[in-house]
Amino acid sequence: MTPRTLFDKVWDAHAVLTRDDGQTLLAIDRHFVHEGSFHAFGMIDHAGRAVRRPDRTYGVADHYVPSHDRRRPIADPEVANMVEMLRANTARHGIRLFGLDDPRQGIVHVIGPEEGLTLPGLTIVCGDSHTSTHGAFGALGFGIGASEVSHVLATQTLWQRRPRTLRITVDGAPGPFVSGKDLILSIIAAIGAGGAVGHVIEYAGSAIRALSMEGRLTVCNMSIEAGARAGMVAPDDTTFAYLHGRPNAPTGAGWDRAVAAWRDLATDAGARFDREVRLDAADIAPTVTWGTSPETAVPVTARVPDPSAEPDGRRRAQIVEMLDYMGLAPGVPLAEVAVDRVFIGSCTNGRIEDLRAAAAVLKGRKAAVPGLVTPGSTPVKAQAEAEGLDRIFKAAGLGWGEAGCSMCVGMNGDLVAAGERCASTSNRNFPHRQGQGARTHLMSPAMVAAAAVTGRLTDVRRLMEGA
Amino acid sequence: MTPFVTLDAVAAPLPVANVDTDQIIPARFLRKPRSAGYRNFLFADVRKAGFVLDRPEWAGAGILVAGPNFGCGSSREAAVYALVDAGIRCVVAPSFGDIFAGNAGKNGLLTVTLPEATVGGLLDRLAAAPGARLAVDLPAQTVTEADGTVHAFGIDAFRKQGLIDGRDDVDVTLAHAATIAAWEATDRDARPWV
Ligand code: SF4
Repeated sequence: MTPRTLFDKVWDAHAVLTRDDGQTLLAIDRHFVHEGSFHAFGMIDHAGRAVRRPDRTYGVADHYVPSHDRRRPIADPEVANMVEMLRANTARHGIRLFGLDDPRQGIVHVIGPEEGLTLPGLTIVCGDSHTSTHGAFGALGFGIGASEVSHVLATQTLWQRRPRTLRITVDGAPGPFVSGKDLILSIIAAIGAGGAVGHVIEYAGSAIRALSMEGRLTVCNMSIEAGARAGMVAPDDTTFAYLHGRPNAPTGAGWDRAVAAWRDLATDAGARFDREVRLDAADIAPTVTWGTSPETAVPVTARVPDPSAEPDGRRRAQIVEMLDYMGLAPGVPLAEVAVDRVFIGSCTNGRIEDLRAAAAVLKGRKAAVPGLVTPGSTPVKAQAEAEGLDRIFKAAGLGWGEAGCSMCVGMNGDLVAAGERCASTSNRNFPHRQGQGARTHLMSPAMVAAAAVTGRLTDVRRLMEGA
Repeated sequence: MTPFVTLDAVAAPLPVANVDTDQIIPARFLRKPRSAGYRNFLFADVRKAGFVLDRPEWAGAGILVAGPNFGCGSSREAAVYALVDAGIRCVVAPSFGDIFAGNAGKNGLLTVTLPEATVGGLLDRLAAAPGARLAVDLPAQTVTEADGTVHAFGIDAFRKQGLIDGRDDVDVTLAHAATIAAWEATDRDARPWV
């Protein structure tokens, strides 16, 4: 048999039919909906269609949930309406909801894995671009728009054209304080924000293998920031150890049978990818972004770029525009840039390991600027509190909130003020993303914690030297 | 949805790379119903003085020509709603965010991918001749400039036909309901853990 990639195996196993024009009807195993899915429910209701597989559809309240006060009613009536529409739509169609009061509630891309709903070899979709996160388990997870959400609700399938494949191999040992976030930011900087458009990425190599599931989730999460359709990591013992005993994971003989099948998912020796990219983990330093695209990621030891050094006119204009928005002068060392606020959380870095990494830096220290820590899920919150991490954050002077998307996107009202500079563990530094006029620098949880302590972008390695 | 066959319209140049969907429609408007008038939310935070769509020369533009990776980022279909509700029926760029392009095709918005150098030339000429029109012919897969220069483009056959017909994909799929059910029955035995 022709050697196949991990992606090929998952795709082929879900191809219900393929048309002569190259379109494949792909079966969907898991479908997550959130508050923003109201357009899609409206579409199926309007057409008088039922949900084909409510048993494979899961509702999650995350984008709009308040971080500070879970009492009802939610103060902002429009926000309250978003949460209520999700409750009503899921209830009407018999869909399990991880709602506001559910002890398992959290950001969709955090609770899928936590609940054992995300399993190797599955196809997973959600009306959210960071559905690529679930690929950390060797699943094919990708984001879709409202029309496609309504299509999956009605048919449990999607028409898709087979994407191309890109293998990114990261070998070598990363240095101290270099996390999955630094890896993926460096990958995006290397290939560009549109570098993987039309492709599914498989992350391979010893540095990826060495990552925990949390680290792999962070890497796959930001695949979309390189334009990729999805990002995947072959399942291995790290994957199985994470999943064993999770609420929806198989048990007993079923577990053994599943693991045997999952082991076969790994890319065969000799399988062909459309493209290959290689990076050495030893070259990667703690990383920050300076501009308004995740591709502007550089080592924290670098300087703000000088547009006059850019020969291409359009690109030069874009750098000028970005520096203007970010309020940065060319040539300034990034480690001298003062920040006004920090945010630790999101589907990129809101898991327990992320909070531990931030707490390790903040322990016994004070934050020089205000900030907010929101766990990725209510179980993560409980775990963090059991470990005393919340007390470390509060003692440092940071806020400790409830689980949800919070300041990653500000839909619940957690916004960065105009002109404020925020060191953030989230995934998008787009103009106005965290609030109108907000200036976002993306980095790892340890790096955000270091920025909180000094009040400026900081090389966490130097802060922790001799500590 | 509204079918797309041909379009002759004013083309507005937006020579910016990586125009993300947060810029196309900011998050705070996503809680609004479509009836709220999504055209008012289009580029709400990036419309500075002199923004191309606010200039009289480009009033009524039906085509947007932009830099690479247009529509990257968030999967919000509302970005397409905002463009369509503002009268934009076609975006020309060197590349598009995959999710955005998929959403566009389901809402009668044509995404035309042309080589970066071609788009660069178009951007320069459109900026130099404010209000210039482009003619888009989807069946023929061409974009024609005012001087008669023709640019051929490629497009997925399924997306093309869907746009021309204004088709609802769910109807196409439901015609395969028996095949889907058969697949599900086989899969239940193969992967009981799902
Ligand atoms: S945390 Fe941010 S990126 Fe992740 S799902 Fe929520 S809003 Fe989207």
